[in-house]
Amino acid sequence: MKIKPKIGLIACSGEGLCEGMISRVATRRILEERDDVVTICLPLFLAGGQEERDFAKDNPCITVDGCDKMCAVKGVKMYGKVHPKSSIVISEIIRKGKHSGPISKSRIEPEDEKLVHETMKIINKEVDRVKEEE
Amino acid sequence: MSEKKKSKCIIIPCSGIGKAVGTITRRATYIVTEELLPNDTDSICLPLLTIEDKETVQKIRQNPCITVDGCVAQCAKKNVEHHKGNLKGEIKILDVIKENPKLKPGNVLDIGPDGEKLARKTAEKVVRIVGDKS
Repeated sequence: MKIKPKIGLIACSGEGLCEGMISRVATRRILEERDDVVTICLPLFLAGGQEERDFAKDNPCITVDGCDKMCAVKGVKMYGKVHPKSSIVISEIIRKGKHSGPISKSRIEPEDEKLVHETMKIINKEVDRVKEEE
Repeated sequence: MSEKKKSKCIIIPCSGIGKAVGTITRRATYIVTEELLPNDTDSICLPLLTIEDKETVQKIRQNPCITVDGCVAQCAKKNVEHHKGNLKGEIKILDVIKENPKLKPGNVLDIGPDGEKLARKTAEKVVRIVGDKS
């Protein structure tokens, strides 16, 4: 029986912008809710060894980026030599959903919860879709 | 008459998503850059270094950098060293925990009151290094 790999969730967690905080918190909450997902710290692609670089080959990945620089997508391509199965960008969710942008880089304010919940909903949907395809 | 612009010290946390120590690095950085030394310090998104963003690489070469790492992988320090950044100091949260054994941080999403105290102690260490380098 073929064992299906867990889905890799890779958040940018960007420190320089509020959207990085949303990517981090939404991803972490999903990791705590589901047992079919795993993660890796994005900077570990460079700092770690081959095992870390193979993460994206071993686990079909969904990236969660804060902005259109898309560090998580680029990290998977650069180090994993594969394309993510799905790419989620917080700034696009804000634009499409007509949300006001988050206001703090260091914490989730009550008014940011709606955006975090919408991001989690999208991540969950994409995890289910990617699992179905694998 | 032009005045030479003073370079800011760049504080770079690992922001690891797997453990509370990663969140403490992030929180400590914001305490420094937003509260304690907003005029003398700045931060960057670490993933931009991981994907070799030229502007970010230039920034860490031209300005003194202090890395704040959560775990033994030391992703922030290794990313700065890899790009030959101007590394002036490094802090390991595990050392701060060893120095304050009674403080028990919470989890990734909520570091709790002890985690906040550890972040503040880390921030004070960063401030001392910035002072030594200025």
